[in-house]
Amino acid sequence: MSLIEIYSNPKITHHLAEEVIESAKLFREKKGRLPILMEVCGSHTMALAKSGIKGKLKEHVRLIAGPGCPVCVTDQKAIDAMIQLSEKSNVILCTFGDMVRVPGSHSSLLKAKTNGSDIKVVYSPFDSIKMAEDHPDKEIIFLGIGFETTIPALVIAVREAETRGLTNFSIWMSTKLVAPVLRALLLSGEVQLDGFLLPGQVSIVTGKQSYRFLSEEFQMPGVITGFEPVQLLSSIRKLLIQLHEGRSEILNDYTYVVKEEGNPVAQHFMEKYLTCHDEEWRGMGMIPESGLILKEKYARFDAKKKFNVSQTPPKKTKCRCGEMIRGVLTPEECVLFNKGCTPTHPIGPCMVSSEGTCAAHFHFMREDK
Amino acid sequence: MERISLGHGEGGELTHQLIHDVFIRSFDHGEQARLDAAIISSSSEQIAVSTDSYVVDPIFFPGGDIGKLAITGTVNDLAVTGAVPKVITAAFMIEEGFPIRDLKHIVKSMAQEAEKAEVKIIAGDTKVVERGSVDGIFITTTGIGAIEQSYLNPESMKKGDAVIINGTIGDHGIAILSARKQLGLMTNVTSDCASLNQLIQNILRRTKGIRAMRDLTRGGLATGLVELCEDFNSTMEIEEAALPIRDEVKGACEILGFDPVYLANEGKTVIIVDANEADLVLDILHKDEYGADACLIGHVTAVTEQTGKLKLKTPVNTTRRLSRLSGMVLPRIC
Repeated sequence: MSLIEIYSNPKITHHLAEEVIESAKLFREKKGRLPILMEVCGSHTMALAKSGIKGKLKEHVRLIAGPGCPVCVTDQKAIDAMIQLSEKSNVILCTFGDMVRVPGSHSSLLKAKTNGSDIKVVYSPFDSIKMAEDHPDKEIIFLGIGFETTIPALVIAVREAETRGLTNFSIWMSTKLVAPVLRALLLSGEVQLDGFLLPGQVSIVTGKQSYRFLSEEFQMPGVITGFEPVQLLSSIRKLLIQLHEGRSEILNDYTYVVKEEGNPVAQHFMEKYLTCHDEEWRGMGMIPESGLILKEKYARFDAKKKFNVSQTPPKKTKCRCGEMIRGVLTPEECVLFNKGCTPTHPIGPCMVSSEGTCAAHFHFMREDK
Repeated sequence: MERISLGHGEGGELTHQLIHDVFIRSFDHGEQARLDAAIISSSSEQIAVSTDSYVVDPIFFPGGDIGKLAITGTVNDLAVTGAVPKVITAAFMIEEGFPIRDLKHIVKSMAQEAEKAEVKIIAGDTKVVERGSVDGIFITTTGIGAIEQSYLNPESMKKGDAVIINGTIGDHGIAILSARKQLGLMTNVTSDCASLNQLIQNILRRTKGIRAMRDLTRGGLATGLVELCEDFNSTMEIEEAALPIRDEVKGACEILGFDPVYLANEGKTVIIVDANEADLVLDILHKDEYGADACLIGHVTAVTEQTGKLKLKTPVNTTRRLSRLSGMVLPRIC
């Protein structure tokens, strides 16, 4: 059996799911309600929905999607600015695929592309370095959105541009950090939680250490997990066991890729090139030191400094993605879901991002009932 | 290197030379090339017609090229209706500057595939457009097939019918993505691009209970089956664990965030058949080069008055609904 087969093996998943349900029943007997767990990462939201786990556990565990979809948490103002940027002459805008369908106030990158903007979907920031070399007469801008998973790749792209002496490459930094947003979420007290399923990819970079505050300051257990059904169920089970035993530890259940200390090389380059700053989040507003931008020394690669984009206040829409991101609204509760807002005609990013809560619900859970 | 010039599309001497040197030489039009239209005869009362345009980047990819695709695609469209593909016409839109060597290669592929599929390419057209107006070459083919018995009417689908696929899904999609070299994806996956008409005819000859077939191309398995379900009021349930997917394709999908059920195929068909004949169909498929990995993936679970649905059984034994592919298939961030 290949690794992929083992981690989605129906026999193992069935067994684990039964164990999770048993543990959840114990919690319910004790507390008189379902355990409430938040999966922080958008890819976890997708995997939980796609594998059928969310549906299977519906009566037993409340799984709430957290603020971990990089496209979804990007503020409306930032989306509008990106679209504006793409409309500048002589610019090739490079972006991850998730971003292009997200509606801004008046358009989307996909619509801008149809209207003539030169927008390229790439898989890696490195593709845009090559593009900058191939098109010395054009300005290549990479949309640098993402969490700690993606940030090292952005930094290495800047380093590569520096080494190759490129002057026509820059990044529009709109990065986000996981720990500060989890802290903000817990401090707000807006949503009741019993524990966190912590993001696997982010943890490869940050390590287990960055979540210590959850248990130390908030007595909140967390388990770092992978993306296959067996891994997800195993980690949910470990969270429920902790709750049953009254523990609140941070456990690493994704040990074959996540190390205690994370990835020191990635951390080194992030420290060398980037500095913390206050970042604006959709639905959450400004969160102190929750993003990273290029240090002054590398300002020539910073598209925000290189290009002038007018920051007009975004148009007010009925979009409730902000509440979705804070975990206080579910797709089923949103009046727009599958009515005014569908993947083909999205009102907000949660419906179109490949990690969006509503996209997960629309594609994988609409007819579970 | 010899290249296509605008003159090749002017209708004069250059056009005449191109048609003679490239097309007629390969396509064996015979005497008919001198007429404005090809004359065909048919003994069947009903004929099937299908037309499709082919644009692919890159033009040459592992397992095929745009020429082969332009034949197999149209042949398969005809074949899955139960028709026997007989003749094909082809129209070429060529970008100024396109290498004639590449054109010859493409035309040769078409001729070879047509011969293999036993269809004749009987008429064609060539247009040359200015540089930048098309991306290299676009081909449109129209095929005509004879309905020798009766065509397959999916309205005959019944509860309990078996859903069979003739092999692994997503090969073409991943082969093309790898060939583009844009996503840093390196795989040995080759396109499944193939004419399935002989295989399909073989099945139809030896069985009585085939209800429907669907050629799976863009939009993948899920989109193809959703169309059948919605258009013919049947609900199907397929099992995720039963879907044949190559490890390389699974791996590529894991990395890029694609779902194999939405990836393109070019030599795959689903076959809806009376459950009693499922084993026979699988047996025929397994003996054919284009059916070696065939398997049963699910069943028709209901035929109703309302629009049907496609359901997928997940690894944790729940079912979820599958929709059509919405928009483009895009790679994810992380």
